[in-house]
Amino acid sequence: MEGVVAYENDLNLKATELRLGLPGTERNQEQAVSCARNNKRPLPETGDQNGGAKAKSDAPNTPPAPKAHTVGWPPIRSYRKNSLQQPKQTAAESSVMYVKVSMDGAPYLRKIDLKVYQGYPELLKALENMFKFTIGEYSEREGYKGSEYAPTYEDKDGDWMLVGDVPWEMFMSSCKRLRIMKGSEARGLGCGV
Amino acid sequence: MLRMASSFPEEVLEHVFSFIYDDKDRNAISMVCKSWYEIERWCRRRIFVGNCYAVSPPMVIRRFPEVRSVELKGKPHFADFNLVPEGWGGYVYPWIAAMATAYPWLEEIRLKRMVVTDEALELIAKSFKNFKVLVLSSCEGFSTDGLAAIAANCRNLKELDLRESEVDDLSGHWLSHFPDSYTSLVSLNISCLGSEVSFSALERLVGRCPNLRTLRLNRAVPLDRLANILCRAPQLVELGTGTYSAELQPDVFSSLAGAFSGCKELRSLSGFWDAVPGYLPAIYPICPSLTSLNLSYATIRSTDLTKLVSQCQSLQRLWVLDYIEDIGLEALAAFCKDLRELRVFPSEPFAQEPNVSLTEQGLVSVSEGCPKLHSVLYFCRQMTNDALATIARNRPNMTRFRLCIIEPRAPDYITLQPLDDGFGAIVEHCKDLQRLSMAGLLTDRVFEHIGNHAKKLEMLSVAFAGDSDLGLHHVLSGCENLRKLEIRDCPFGDKALLVNAAKLETMRSLWMSSCSVSFGACKLLGQKIPRLNVEVMDERGPPGSRPESCPVEKLYIYRTVAGPRFDMPGFVWTMDEDSALRLS
Repeated sequence: MEGVVAYENDLNLKATELRLGLPGTERNQEQAVSCARNNKRPLPETGDQNGGAKAKSDAPNTPPAPKAHTVGWPPIRSYRKNSLQQPKQTAAESSVMYVKVSMDGAPYLRKIDLKVYQGYPELLKALENMFKFTIGEYSEREGYKGSEYAPTYEDKDGDWMLVGDVPWEMFMSSCKRLRIMKGSEARGLGCGV
Repeated sequence: MLRMASSFPEEVLEHVFSFIYDDKDRNAISMVCKSWYEIERWCRRRIFVGNCYAVSPPMVIRRFPEVRSVELKGKPHFADFNLVPEGWGGYVYPWIAAMATAYPWLEEIRLKRMVVTDEALELIAKSFKNFKVLVLSSCEGFSTDGLAAIAANCRNLKELDLRESEVDDLSGHWLSHFPDSYTSLVSLNISCLGSEVSFSALERLVGRCPNLRTLRLNRAVPLDRLANILCRAPQLVELGTGTYSAELQPDVFSSLAGAFSGCKELRSLSGFWDAVPGYLPAIYPICPSLTSLNLSYATIRSTDLTKLVSQCQSLQRLWVLDYIEDIGLEALAAFCKDLRELRVFPSEPFAQEPNVSLTEQGLVSVSEGCPKLHSVLYFCRQMTNDALATIARNRPNMTRFRLCIIEPRAPDYITLQPLDDGFGAIVEHCKDLQRLSMAGLLTDRVFEHIGNHAKKLEMLSVAFAGDSDLGLHHVLSGCENLRKLEIRDCPFGDKALLVNAAKLETMRSLWMSSCSVSFGACKLLGQKIPRLNVEVMDERGPPGSRPESCPVEKLYIYRTVAGPRFDMPGFVWTMDEDSALRLS
């Protein structure tokens, strides 16, 4: 049990610390200073339609990560935000990434900002909330089992892909729009090729 | 008593009325007496509907049978900042369908924040034989296929302006649908389009339209094609470049400089995406005659920006990024004495720390140096009451003042006090102020100042401000000319709204989101005031499924003579007598 004793002496609190944030980021000291300077009162719930934004605003930021944003703030048009980016700039460098989301059978589309989510679980949860349905269990072999819905996206080549197959960063850089497929079309995507 | 009204023949009155264009004047004329109302309605050629749901197409057509020009606005202003969910409404198709039969001679359609489909564009293209002007400002819902229909069919088209619209960009091929026989283009604005149009089709189009005076290209037009286009249109008055970036090559530079020098009438420039400083001198020869300059996509820094604006002594309007910094604004104040309008946009709106040295001082300098400055939109990261008071004293002629401090609720950074007194000074000194957007830490006191002084105020935008209902009450009870009020994230609730319910019928619209207005109060308002549509937007589900005291997510109230609308999506409910009963 030597290893355990050594571990306890080390008091490796960092490893067991519970906090919100991306692994590897350190809490930024400037964060505390700027909060004091602003006499901030806590922001009210902003009825945000993107689902994941609240979690992100609790996360400590380190520069140059973009500031977690309240919906619609600062009041700048999205085309203006988008055009500040160089056309060759990757999606990773832009601070917002709105994509259209359609659901088979729904009368109108929605839009979500993919940048707000840290990974697939958050994204899928947000979609479930937005359209009031359940996605099944994901497996590489069978796609989304246990539901008549399958989340898909159109990639840069114009192909419709199943959400979840590629690493999150790769998905972010190639996703142009989302579509929640229903019924037999959905099952078709899940069962091999 | 002289009965003057009946002593003039109709034709004479009609002729006199034909010199009167302004809507307000026309409305006043129509209220003099019944016969004037009748004469006026038959000869009104232009109508403006500030809220497309305030009236219905059949009502408009019934009253004004001979209209040639229509302007409609749809979604509330906060839709620009993604606060209005997709599917909310603002569909233009019902209007086009009604006008297709009623106004076969319609010439002009101007739309703002409306949903325009390809079907609507195709209907326009085939219904109006003399169609001349299509302006789609901040619209969405259509693709380049719809544009192709317009290009192919509208023989007499003079103006096609897509400013800031969101277009489903299938390809640039649509431009080639303008037939070779088409030569009447006067104004083309495709700056919002992403895909490449055929450059040779563009050059030929420009070359065969001798009356072309406005050409706003899109980012996909490379710099080395610009000279050719300019040479074909030396009569241009307004130009939007494409990408203003290329490897520095002397021959490209000299043909560009030559082309610009040849455009003696050029007064307005925009575009400049990704501008590189090396190519800026190409426009120096025409800078002294420029009246309007939009550099808000140009990522050039303060040294180059300062050099540029210092040469624009005739400049009246400048839109620029905060890369200009205080030092560039000081140069602006020194050299551009004719400046009327300034807009400074943030280059990094989401960065926590300032990336440029742009502070309240820049705006103070411009307010000191530019006596005609009356319209301001300024994004910055710090402000003081002193600076605002100085600006107010310097510029009592201010009519539009929109300030945005990036951090919500930021106080005066020196005194740490709210900015109540600063904005108080603005409304006190600027007696003709029509539009105001406030920023920073603000208490109910600022609203008291506004209610007491802002008597000409027509539009007010408020975010993260105020302490209680008293704030809202001051504004609703004091601002006599208030037409549009938009509020987000403020602790305003039921009392002020219910006490001032009658005021709402004198306004175009009220938007409140993330405030404390209860469902019960919304129902009450909807029931009490029949000519208001009280629309509750809530993505959590029907408001009736929660307690009456529960605040609604978003509230949009507007006056209307058309009754509740029927094109609402699932997350919008109208509070009126019937629905209130259904929902409770």
